[in-house]
Amino acid sequence: MNNSEFRLPSAEGEAQRYSEFYIDPHIHMTARTTYDYIIMRESGIVATIEPAFWLGQPRTHVGTFQDYFNSLVGWERFRASQFGIQHYCTIGINPKEANNEALAEAVMELLPLYVCKEGVVAIGEIGYDDQTPAEDKYFRRQLELAKELDMLVLIHTPHRNKKAGTSRSMDACVEHGLDPARVIIDHNNEETVREVLDRGFWAAFTIYPQTKMGNARMVEIVKQHGCDRIIVDSSADWGMSDPLAVPKTAQLMRERGIPETYVRAVCYENALAAYSQSGQIQETDWLASDAIDQRQMFNGNSVLRGQEPTVRSSRECILIE
Amino acid sequence: MTTTQVSTSDLIYSWLERHVDRAGLNWLEEKRSQIARGAAVKVFFTAFSATPRYTGKNSLQLTLSDLQAAAIARKGWFPMNWSVDRAARILLVLALPQDDESQYLQTLEQVFTAADIGELVALYQALPLLSYPKQLKARAAEGVRSNMTDVFNAVALQNPYPAEYFDNLAWNQMILKALFVGSPLHLIQGLDRRANPELAKMLVDYASERQAANRSVSPELWELVKKSKVKS
Ligand SMILES: [Zn+2]
Repeated sequence: MNNSEFRLPSAEGEAQRYSEFYIDPHIHMTARTTYDYIIMRESGIVATIEPAFWLGQPRTHVGTFQDYFNSLVGWERFRASQFGIQHYCTIGINPKEANNEALAEAVMELLPLYVCKEGVVAIGEIGYDDQTPAEDKYFRRQLELAKELDMLVLIHTPHRNKKAGTSRSMDACVEHGLDPARVIIDHNNEETVREVLDRGFWAAFTIYPQTKMGNARMVEIVKQHGCDRIIVDSSADWGMSDPLAVPKTAQLMRERGIPETYVRAVCYENALAAYSQSGQIQETDWLASDAIDQRQMFNGNSVLRGQEPTVRSSRECILIE
Repeated sequence: MTTTQVSTSDLIYSWLERHVDRAGLNWLEEKRSQIARGAAVKVFFTAFSATPRYTGKNSLQLTLSDLQAAAIARKGWFPMNWSVDRAARILLVLALPQDDESQYLQTLEQVFTAADIGELVALYQALPLLSYPKQLKARAAEGVRSNMTDVFNAVALQNPYPAEYFDNLAWNQMILKALFVGSPLHLIQGLDRRANPELAKMLVDYASERQAANRSVSPELWELVKKSKVKS
């Protein structure tokens, strides 16, 4: 793709053929409530990927990391299944906490217990935060692990000094012999997207109010760069974030004339294509499964009983600034 | 112990041969021998997790004569509902060197502690085949406390371990929880043999609590109350 503005095909003839399904390929459900799962499913989200990250304050013991990983592959997956959502995750030590080297070393010892489990689609989210030597060391050691185990990688790009940090992350991946087609670079913006796509990586965008991308900007990015290898996610977590960011962005794209095939690509198909390279996620996981597995009960009671979700009110405003 | 170990592993392998292709079997054989020769635990951990990628997840589809062979190799062993991936995972666990008891138990504890649902089911189903079974009582009781029904059932149903090793307190809690989560009592091994008066009292209390709340009571409960009283 060259630098001239990408020309959109006509949206006519595409009208109303809306995608029924969305994937949110980056969301921290551990920080979200059961109500969120209900409205996400109501809004068409069939699968989520939960990357291992930090929890808002640094952990002080390796045991809390282990319990966190356990919840990602165990309880959270089970909880999601109660609401008809397939839950996948990535495992890794995030850059912020890599700065506690004694702890990071202990977490590195844990990783082989988790990274090959079912539903673990990548090593991540890893990369740079303050771009310290310790961050660089554990980033590279995890790239080596990904190489050794033939795994995909999810990269968290820094909030500060983003453009340089993003280039440097990609340089490290290439230096360690990883195929760009097996690396997802997340939290992109208008400044980073061109280089990421040109170098053959997947470019993910986080629709997160105020600090990351707004979805009106996302519409412009798709208008300019097309839909190839572009992925939309919410990164919703314990902060001011929106678990419906993916369906809301899809809706805004449609309203602003983006063709349905593009919407489907960036809000569903591309995430599936990127992460299905792991062999750990496939469309049949949700197409073939009973939408909600109520055979599995929590203490003999389905968590769903007696709840009548009201979805519309939360969808009133689709614009995320 | 050693002869039993050999024959249970051989049996499992012979069942896997019917379902797993040559490449998968080669992978499994390579990992088993690396683990048996004392390879770094990382080899065991990653292979244990990655097993379904090489074996698939079909049912083992055991025949009556397979089940008879199982019961001869290990009394009470009844792998009726085992799947291919779980059987292959158990084969890897059985390959762990067992001479050093504390090392063996530590490795088992690590893999239990990090296990996802599918792995937990495999590990709990393997309880009757593992070495140093007395040392695994607390771990088995932990499985009974699980909120995930599949995990609970892996310990409680079609498994000779609880009847052989649980004390009355753990046994009675397991029976009560089986009723609570709706697991069929008739699939619990040793139900008659382990019936006891305390259990009868707990069951009657539970039944009256249910009736007071206008909830139904499983007929299996009353059968077990009868047996438990007869024994007292
Ligand atoms: Zn994140």
